[in-house]
Amino acid sequence: MRHKRNRRSSGTWSRLVLAIAALTAFAMIGAVACSSDADEEPTATSAPSGSEGQLPASALEIAAERGLTTDNITAALKTYVPTGEHDEYMLFASGGHSGQLLVYGIPSMRLLKVIGVFTPEPWQGWAVGSSETEAILDGGNLDSGKDIRWGDVHHPSLSETAGDYDGQFVFVNEKANGRVAVIDLRDFETKQIVKNPLSLSNHGATFVTPDTEWVIEGGQFAAPLAGGYAPIEEYNEKYRSVTTFWKFDRASGRILEDQSFAVETPPYWQDLCDSGKLVSEGLVFCGSFNAERATGGIEDGNPPFEAGASAGDMDFLHIFDLDKAIAAYDAGKYSVLNDFPLISIETAAAEGILHLTPEPKSPHGADVTPGGEYVVVSGKLDPHVTIYSVEKIKAAIAAGTETTDDYGLPILAFDDVVEVQVEVGLGPLHTQFDNKGYAYTSLFLDSTVARWSLGGPYESLNSDPGWSLVEAIPVHYNVGHIAAAEGDTVSPDGNYLVSLNKWALDRFAVTGPLLPQNLQLIDIEQPGTEMQLLYDSPVGIGEPHYAQIIKADKINAWEVYPEVGWNPATQSVDPNSVAVGEEGVTRDGNNVTVKTTAVRSHFTPERVNVKKGDHVTWTITNIERAFDATHGFALPGQNINLSLEPGETQTFEFEADESGVFAFYCTEFCSALHLEMAGYFLVEP
Amino acid sequence: MTRDRIDRLKVKVFGPHIPREVLFKNPVRFLLPTALLGVAALLLLISTFMPYWRMDLEAPQYPKGLELTVYVDHLEGDIGEVDGLNHYIGMRPISDAGELERSMSFLAIVVVAGLVISSVFVHNPCALVLSWPAILYPVIFLADLWFWMRKFGHDLDPLAPLSNIIEPFTPPLIGRGEIAQFETNAIWENGLYLAFVASVLVIVGLVLHRRAYKPLLEEAKKHAETASASAGADG
Repeated sequence: MRHKRNRRSSGTWSRLVLAIAALTAFAMIGAVACSSDADEEPTATSAPSGSEGQLPASALEIAAERGLTTDNITAALKTYVPTGEHDEYMLFASGGHSGQLLVYGIPSMRLLKVIGVFTPEPWQGWAVGSSETEAILDGGNLDSGKDIRWGDVHHPSLSETAGDYDGQFVFVNEKANGRVAVIDLRDFETKQIVKNPLSLSNHGATFVTPDTEWVIEGGQFAAPLAGGYAPIEEYNEKYRSVTTFWKFDRASGRILEDQSFAVETPPYWQDLCDSGKLVSEGLVFCGSFNAERATGGIEDGNPPFEAGASAGDMDFLHIFDLDKAIAAYDAGKYSVLNDFPLISIETAAAEGILHLTPEPKSPHGADVTPGGEYVVVSGKLDPHVTIYSVEKIKAAIAAGTETTDDYGLPILAFDDVVEVQVEVGLGPLHTQFDNKGYAYTSLFLDSTVARWSLGGPYESLNSDPGWSLVEAIPVHYNVGHIAAAEGDTVSPDGNYLVSLNKWALDRFAVTGPLLPQNLQLIDIEQPGTEMQLLYDSPVGIGEPHYAQIIKADKINAWEVYPEVGWNPATQSVDPNSVAVGEEGVTRDGNNVTVKTTAVRSHFTPERVNVKKGDHVTWTITNIERAFDATHGFALPGQNINLSLEPGETQTFEFEADESGVFAFYCTEFCSALHLEMAGYFLVEP
Repeated sequence: MTRDRIDRLKVKVFGPHIPREVLFKNPVRFLLPTALLGVAALLLLISTFMPYWRMDLEAPQYPKGLELTVYVDHLEGDIGEVDGLNHYIGMRPISDAGELERSMSFLAIVVVAGLVISSVFVHNPCALVLSWPAILYPVIFLADLWFWMRKFGHDLDPLAPLSNIIEPFTPPLIGRGEIAQFETNAIWENGLYLAFVASVLVIVGLVLHRRAYKPLLEEAKKHAETASASAGADG
């Protein structure tokens, strides 16, 4: 008792520690602790009002033993999600050159799924033999027909309705080969991959317009369009970039390639874009770098790209008037290159489709504020964020300008369109927003995330003076993009921010020289200087570039496919799907058709006999209706592995070119008799 | 002459005819049993649209549980999943049970309800014979259910994967039971309760029916006896 009294009489700080520690333990240890420590009094008396029941002293012991600080304890409390509970948000993070898309839960930072996109993903049966999935990847093949079976995914973009995420689709770009993918969030599977017919690569992708009518794909490396050749000496004349506007059809969940078009741009290297919204709806902003048009050649004594492309102080912010571009496209004011409509630079200039304005060099991001009034640009080599006023941009466009670049595109004067510059720190990169009038900018060189206050209509939302730096919170390390909860929509939520750090260094145990990336969760709920770093989550599968965070309850994913025989590639019942009683092997000459059903714990048929040289077409339907009753199907010797979710149908074809006996089996542990779920594929010589 | 014969036959089958003035003088006495029997028949018909019996199954793998609902003419619920599980213990698909009963149940119930209605017009003890099926109906339903559950729980395929760990069993008609990792709970549903209510209404209705017509019957009998006696005297 004396011990207890001593504790109670100590200062406020220690009481806070006690309270928080007790709460932690209460959350973490739950019922077990409650029942076993009913006689432990001290923490209960120091618990804050409103807490429930008896709080165990064992929590304090754990905190002491593990050396946890009060901040650690609150961070644990804010991120712990008990078993059976779900995360409040989902983070869709690009998987970098893994070619995939990663889905995390927030605040737990648990990895929920790796969605196979540009790279085969065997666990999901993604492009490991199934005709449907291979065909989707083939959609991204080069004109040469060459298979590309990896990707460099940079920027996911969730579909939006009226500028807010609607949870239906997510788009991602693939930088290396200039491709865009569509993922349906009913089943979290990739439905379409399109290869840009004009552009070698992309970078300013993907971004959607506020109602997802268009998916924007900005290019990066300038090159002769549509895969042509021109010597590097003809860079200024023959090399070009494009920004592509893909028409998206929500009903079919597909990009309509025949209703899409591109706008030619000068051979500046294009960077990230953002759609205007609300007052700026109809405009599209894309940054660029290498306005110097450096062509490298370090080996010949030329400045390397890193110097040549950043020699000048300014690059160009590209301002597209999408409505005018659509009007020109509808009016047929385009040429056709590689079967794809291309609006030329001349047309873009003449029709007022594209204006340029200087921006601090080497920017990464042109981020529109929630109300659409401003565009925030950060030049990586300038310690400021530069805030452009949409109102001023519109006025400058209306007033007209005599200044043009070498390609005849009008250049709006920097001073005419810039609202203000705010000094935030070294290496500013990418900006997100909250609902309290703050913007957040990643600072690569400082390894911090800066919170700064917006002015104008946002000034009254917090007590900090407008257009001023408020706080910079250290992150670990070398932050690239950041993602705030719904932080690039018309209504950011302002509670969580994730810092996508390129380097992890000492944050995790060393797992060899290739370290994971580090996603760090930051609490941005409180105004002022109260940001708190909560959690480090290693990414051991790729490099997330950009990510978006959506309220989880906006996504209505299927638990099982709606009907048995479902083909995810078409999102409808497959006419070739197999119902019970239709199973069997039929032969037509050398063509053998196998129809199989899968259900716990057997395939039907279990013996499949063919002859060497047969062409086999094999369809398997998982006839299960139970939540989570997924079966796999592996056929050794043929490079085939399927994932058959409840109701799903998949087909694969191959030549039985080798005689022998091959045991096929279920690769997803499905039931108590999973090991027995197998059969023999016999190829007679 | 002929008319007279028909009238006599009518009385023989349907019992005594109630004179209008008697009916209107005692509306409760005659109309209440009619109403009760009519309501009973209606409830029986309504019950065919409602579930009769349900079994909830719980196991760790099914946090939302599984359920099987029995209507008189069809089954609902997680039938495919339950069948899928049952194949491990060698039980036949549930829809194989009581096929005949389900196929004719609706017609049978219409007939049973029709018999109850017809008993309204029969003013002699034959009314009980006509209503007997309706009185017994809920018990017959449960007996049939039990028969099939027992049959399916005992005729297990000896070659089934888990046949060695499952003893033949009969799931309880009501309340909790256990099958492998599943806890089961059998619940009587509203359709069955309606059938029981109908059964009770028929019994009460018949008692009142009998009470209403018995005096008339006896009177008629007496009258007939007197008539025959006087006829004898005449002869």
